[in-house]
Amino acid sequence: MNASMTHLDGNAAAGELSRIFGVDLTCAQARCANCGSRKSFAEAHLYMQCPGVIARCALCGHVLLRLVNVRRRAFLDLRGMTYLSFEIAP
Amino acid sequence: MEGTAVLGIGTWRTATVLDLRDETPSARTLALEVRDWPGHIAGQHVDVRLTAADGYSAVRSYSIASAPRSNGRIEITVERLPNGEVSPYLTQQVMAGDELEVRGPIGRWFVWHPEQAMPIQLVAGGSGIVPLMAMIRSHASAGSIAPFRLLYSVREPGFIFYRDELRALSNRGDSLVVTYAYTRVTPKDWPRSAGRIDQELIAGSTWPSNLQPSCYVCGPTSFVEHTTDLLIAGGHDRDRIRTERFGATGEQK
Repeated sequence: MNASMTHLDGNAAAGELSRIFGVDLTCAQARCANCGSRKSFAEAHLYMQCPGVIARCALCGHVLLRLVNVRRRAFLDLRGMTYLSFEIAP
Repeated sequence: MEGTAVLGIGTWRTATVLDLRDETPSARTLALEVRDWPGHIAGQHVDVRLTAADGYSAVRSYSIASAPRSNGRIEITVERLPNGEVSPYLTQQVMAGDELEVRGPIGRWFVWHPEQAMPIQLVAGGSGIVPLMAMIRSHASAGSIAPFRLLYSVREPGFIFYRDELRALSNRGDSLVVTYAYTRVTPKDWPRSAGRIDQELIAGSTWPSNLQPSCYVCGPTSFVEHTTDLLIAGGHDRDRIRTERFGATGEQK
């Protein structure tokens, strides 16, 4: 693979995020804090060739989420989304 | 109920390797029996975790290739990556009876439910066929009449996964039509020269956009971008195209 950054989909981080949220976030609706678009988290562009995981808005490229695990501590930055909406178990 | 634990989606489960089957020189299918497996939907994936004796562990995502079954058994097909940390072990070293850790099923977006009756267009690049094969198998086992088309791009004939099964399923009726596209080497007397999927092939082998098929595109990132652009140029609505990109990941813990 060349040095350029290629992205995956939000789908690829769903397992890791399920540890934190306890639900599958792929169908969660995420509203981008920059462009205001509302899309499924599965559609976000995911960058994993970095320390941790970065999800960007598929439309404007704004960083929606950053997650870095350092040993047994997770650092989670969600300020790129004005909200994340998902179903929870009854 | 006593002895029944409520296991969340993020729980690691023990999976026993039941059987191994080579699909191509570089890809192998692993049949797994997963303890307390809750069942899956075609298109979903699992995370597999390997842990070394010193505690170092690596996690990778693999699409489930098998149709949903009620017996706790799933299959994944793993392509060996030259410098991979996990795939060489899964394709060359693991043996029947070995145990792995599995988390899942994961993903509710890139999935096909047997209740979906509309035409389905599947487009696979290389090992991107795996989750689409789960959809094809689910379609067959559910007796669905949703018309499926598969456009499958591979490097050369020897790299086709599930070749005999795809032939058998497409010969069974007209509910699955398979078109192959070869990017490097074609079979003898193949009507199309080797090359990437192009607009002409899309127009000639996929559902016309006015039928409003749901499209599922899976493959390496560049393949997915290229194919999605062609589908949109062919009149398909972006909202009807679901994509799953894969590539090497470096997640370590």
